[in-house]
Amino acid sequence: MIYILKNRILKGVLSRHIDSGLSQEVEFSGQELKALIRKKFGRSLHIRQVDTGSCGGCQSEIISANNPIYDLQRFGINFVASPRHADALLVTGPVSKNMLLALKKTYAAMPEPKFIITCGECALDGGVFKESYYIQGPVNDILPVALHIPGCPPEPLSILKSLLSFLKQ
Amino acid sequence: MDGAEIISIIKKRLPDFNAISVVQDYPDEICIKVKPEVFKETCLTLHKMLLSPVMMLFALDERKTREVFAVNAVFINLKPGQWIMVSMDILPEDCSFDSLAKNIHSAALFERQIAEMFGILPQGNPDLRRLNLHDEVWPQGAFPLRKDFSKMAPGNLNEYKFERVEGTGIFEVPVGPVHAGIIGPGHFRFSLAGEPIVNLEIRLGFTHRGVEKLFEGKSCFDVQGLVECVCGDSVFAYSLAFAQAVEKISQAAVPSQAAYLRGIFLELERMYNHANDIGGIALDVGFSFPAAYAALIKEAVLQLNAKLTSSRYLKKVNTAGGVLVDLDENKKQMLLDSIGKIRKDCAALSTMLNSSVSFMDRVDTTGVLIQKTARDLGVVGLAGRACGIAVDLRKCFPGIYGEVKFRMITQEAGDVLSRLKMRFYEFEESCRLIEEFTAKLASNREIKVNPGKKAASSLGYAEGWRGPVLCYLKTDQNGLIERCKFVDASSNNWLGLKYAVLGNIIPDFPVCNKSFDLSYPGNDL
Repeated sequence: MIYILKNRILKGVLSRHIDSGLSQEVEFSGQELKALIRKKFGRSLHIRQVDTGSCGGCQSEIISANNPIYDLQRFGINFVASPRHADALLVTGPVSKNMLLALKKTYAAMPEPKFIITCGECALDGGVFKESYYIQGPVNDILPVALHIPGCPPEPLSILKSLLSFLKQ
Repeated sequence: MDGAEIISIIKKRLPDFNAISVVQDYPDEICIKVKPEVFKETCLTLHKMLLSPVMMLFALDERKTREVFAVNAVFINLKPGQWIMVSMDILPEDCSFDSLAKNIHSAALFERQIAEMFGILPQGNPDLRRLNLHDEVWPQGAFPLRKDFSKMAPGNLNEYKFERVEGTGIFEVPVGPVHAGIIGPGHFRFSLAGEPIVNLEIRLGFTHRGVEKLFEGKSCFDVQGLVECVCGDSVFAYSLAFAQAVEKISQAAVPSQAAYLRGIFLELERMYNHANDIGGIALDVGFSFPAAYAALIKEAVLQLNAKLTSSRYLKKVNTAGGVLVDLDENKKQMLLDSIGKIRKDCAALSTMLNSSVSFMDRVDTTGVLIQKTARDLGVVGLAGRACGIAVDLRKCFPGIYGEVKFRMITQEAGDVLSRLKMRFYEFEESCRLIEEFTAKLASNREIKVNPGKKAASSLGYAEGWRGPVLCYLKTDQNGLIERCKFVDASSNNWLGLKYAVLGNIIPDFPVCNKSFDLSYPGNDL
């Protein structure tokens, strides 16, 4: 603890070896998003994420979107632990047969009004797993999808921008 | 060691052993074909002699060409680095073999996969519940990896039977498949007596996508996209194992410069994942400042990847025959600069965690996996090295790693703290390896050759950040894939997690889980 405090006092705010252009872009889009979320969702949009058989790339990028560089939380987007607290369901993966029931149950557990966002190529149309014997998807055939975030996996900034352009509509 | 030596050593233990054939197509791979009656004895002898778990055990449907099923078991010989494959034929009318699982525990899960995917019965295996094809959605009697399988026919569905612990005061806590975090799906069922965990059953298969079947019939030169989507956090390790299998089949000599580039990318992948796990361990005990700090390190490596290869997860970088992305002088300099900064950050993170007594208290002696259990279960990779099993493919098959004097890191205690230390030390070593490899990059270089097509089979391998990623590939003369089997380090390591949490309390489960950080998609395929 002393080590952390000492460094904090000695070094002040740490400047990172990251792209400054990127952080400006994040800041700019984020503030716009924040204003929209404040207006449309009463300050915060709560998202529950479900993996229906993805490779893990999308999860990794969603986690990255919450790291201190992007930090979606400061714009009012919270990733919540329970579908009961969620406004939106963020689905990754092509929907394997084994995850079909879990996906439906998670959606059913969410309070109204609610909507679904899909993330990544395989959630859109099965992607490389399209022809498999064990794929039930795509998500759109099972539940109504409001927004798709393209990419394999989508970069954190494009997650942010997709949400922004969707909320502008 | 060549084929004859292996046979003579087996003969010392089994005097009347006779192999049908011994083939060594590649210097690092010996294939011994035996009769079904002696398959089990041969495997048992190799298991004891080489101190190797069953690294792979899988079946092939060759009824079209030879009217038999084949079953192959793969063992590793540590010195010199070699793969020993034992192979047998099974007649379709028989469709069963003598189970290895009662004598070699590491074969148990593989046998269950063979049973569900091919309908070949490992006789004597005490547990034949299905792993990936869940009983609730897939009827009995449909075996997807048989060549004549086309579509699932409707049939009776069953319920899965969980292991039950019975007695006064025992209660169960089911968790999953949808978890509280942003993470893959799996079902964990804890049985508890008071606070300590008495039993943990891990039910996986939720991310089963039929990957092995998808490979079949496609050309081994245009499945790159699929290979890179098997396991999204080990993209490069998977593509490396696959590329190596293709290169071995076509006997393409990969340029040494490409090998260095591959080394650099493989270590970059290790670095961002280790940073992620260190952060995850801190976060799971509620220590959020270092967790955020680790997330910055991960982001720095990912952004470095993007600058070097225009892909944060190193997709479309590797290919059969070499690499597609070259590093020019500017990129080399950028790589070295960034590695220097990232290394300093990691050292600061290490000090931060080590100087916190309450953090150390949470991770020290938590989730202990003892070496004996780990050996019996066939735990490999980082989790194995954390409890003293000194196996690292970079050490066994040195190649370019031998040139830079790779130092294998091991720990003894097998608790969360040793797995954490492993990650810090490996991170540091990866930084060093990248610097060494970068120094070896020449200015004018060839980084890719074009491998040819051939009807053959081979084993590709890479030491991913979790542990070995193995890829068995069999192609026909047109380069079409007949069978492609991946084995991730996760498959047997999940069992290691099951034993590591025994006696711990549920609130410590997340940190134990994160310290292993095993793959759902890599295991379920």
